[in-house]
Amino acid sequence: MSIDEKTVRKVAKLARLALPEDRVKPMADELNGIMAWIEQLNEVDIEGVEPMTSAVEGLSLPMREDVVTAGDDPQKVLKNAPKSEDGFFVVPKVVE
Amino acid sequence: MTDLTTLTLAQALDGMEKKQFSSLEITNAFIDAIDKANPHLNAYVVTTPDLARERAKASDARRAQGKAGALEGAPLGIKDLFCTEGVRTTACSGVLGEFTPTYESTVSGNLFGDGAVMLGKLNMDEFAMGSSNETSHFGSVVSPWRRGNEDTKLTPGGSSGGSASAVSADLCLGATATDTGGSIRQPAAFTGTVGIKPTYGRCSRWGIVAFASSLDQAGPIAKTVEDSAMLLQSMAGHDPKDSTSLPNALPDFRAATKRSIKGMKIGVPEEYRVDGMPPEIEALWQQGIEWVKAAGATIVPISLKHTKYALPAYYIVAPAEASSNLARYDGMRYGARVAGKDLNSTYENTRASGFGKEVQRRILIGTYVLSAGYYDAYYLRAQKVRQRIAQDFRDAFETADAILTPATPSAAFGLGEKSGDPVAMYLNDIFTVTANLAGLPALALPAATDANGLPLGLQVIGKALDEESVFAVGAGLERAANFRAKAAKWWL
Repeated sequence: MSIDEKTVRKVAKLARLALPEDRVKPMADELNGIMAWIEQLNEVDIEGVEPMTSAVEGLSLPMREDVVTAGDDPQKVLKNAPKSEDGFFVVPKVVE
Repeated sequence: MTDLTTLTLAQALDGMEKKQFSSLEITNAFIDAIDKANPHLNAYVVTTPDLARERAKASDARRAQGKAGALEGAPLGIKDLFCTEGVRTTACSGVLGEFTPTYESTVSGNLFGDGAVMLGKLNMDEFAMGSSNETSHFGSVVSPWRRGNEDTKLTPGGSSGGSASAVSADLCLGATATDTGGSIRQPAAFTGTVGIKPTYGRCSRWGIVAFASSLDQAGPIAKTVEDSAMLLQSMAGHDPKDSTSLPNALPDFRAATKRSIKGMKIGVPEEYRVDGMPPEIEALWQQGIEWVKAAGATIVPISLKHTKYALPAYYIVAPAEASSNLARYDGMRYGARVAGKDLNSTYENTRASGFGKEVQRRILIGTYVLSAGYYDAYYLRAQKVRQRIAQDFRDAFETADAILTPATPSAAFGLGEKSGDPVAMYLNDIFTVTANLAGLPALALPAATDANGLPLGLQVIGKALDEESVFAVGAGLERAANFRAKAAKWWL
């Protein structure tokens, strides 16, 4: 499977990465180089193998009490905000 | 008086206990050493001398009151991936701008709770993506090591290049690091230091900037195996704030470094003999085998037959997880926002200008392999190959107590020598990445130097939760190797 320029533009869009037009072709080449190397995974017999989704064996995800453990400190939450006002994050207009 | 910066962690703690010097004195010695070396090595991206002196004084007061913790007064460096309260943390990425956490990561908090003093934040590859520390937003780290009399700048490895360079150059007693595919062990091997990645889940990931969550583990880089055991003891432990943190009690890691390895069965995997491996690495491995035999261990041949597929599988799994984890950097709640004509273009501009080249490449690979139509062909297949690799280890540990391999396929290379070819760079982690995929503990230690005088490392891999055997074998090899080489301080 070869990654064409159309796919690169689509994936960049999905990833919300602005990709200048002159970077599309080089990026396609770079990704194809990496993906060609990855293709060797097709040699592995994976018949009947369960996918490994966690590095921790025999441990189910723990549940915790559904209670507030931290919060009520808007100043701390907003401390690193690029833009804030009256205890809120200020973001670009979302709905026209 | 001896140069306090050249002491091991164990020696420094002993010296403070015996009142030979105070935490403030050794802290000041490191602050001076950093001032002189950092313009040349670029190991620290933030130094916190005032905070360090303040904490050292508080530490001396605690010791005077008989309330000394396990690491009381020990000056350490903290990798910039760990959130540190009130001190800028950026994972060495431009996208985080001047992010200054209002909280402390569990691991760094554990160290400070035991009395350790922070000297500053250590340079690293951006978001820990790299094997040479050349992807940092703050520039490459330079290794204190040089090839013979050449002045070519060498990489300290990556992603924990700042940690490795700082420990190796006596700019801290020890450092925190993280390892997703080899980022503790490869830099340790390149710089003549010791690094251990514990079993997945031993160290809490809470407050550590996420790269690939099913692979990321914190661990120390230190001067000796014993020092690494003492640091890990403090860093590790159950944390309810990380749902993958293991509830198991911690054994006494330092005690394990004193254990005999007589009667242990050490596995040697045929598949780690890779094409193009320099004869020096092969000879070092043979030497390691002779050393453990001389210490009374038995060598057992084992097969890890899916080894060659580990890196390709990793380069599906890690970018996939990274593309998901890094989706949070949208410039809305923190970081450097770059405005566009609407919301989407603001996201796109923020991310394109904040993320470096390698990070963008991995986000695109991750997004591609997770996208509709490709998920089964790539991501699901990689997870199944990962299971095969883990099964190889389970089978091997039926007969072996621990596994001995080289740590890296070469000695440190020059900055810029591999940065043009992503796949050649990725191959650096060929011996280390399998332990991440299988979640196993693994330690790298210096064992010899090559013809140019550069350090070469061995690796010991253990069963899940059996760091004790890893420390025992590592310490046995350390005693046999008696590695004494040290980088000359050419910046002085």
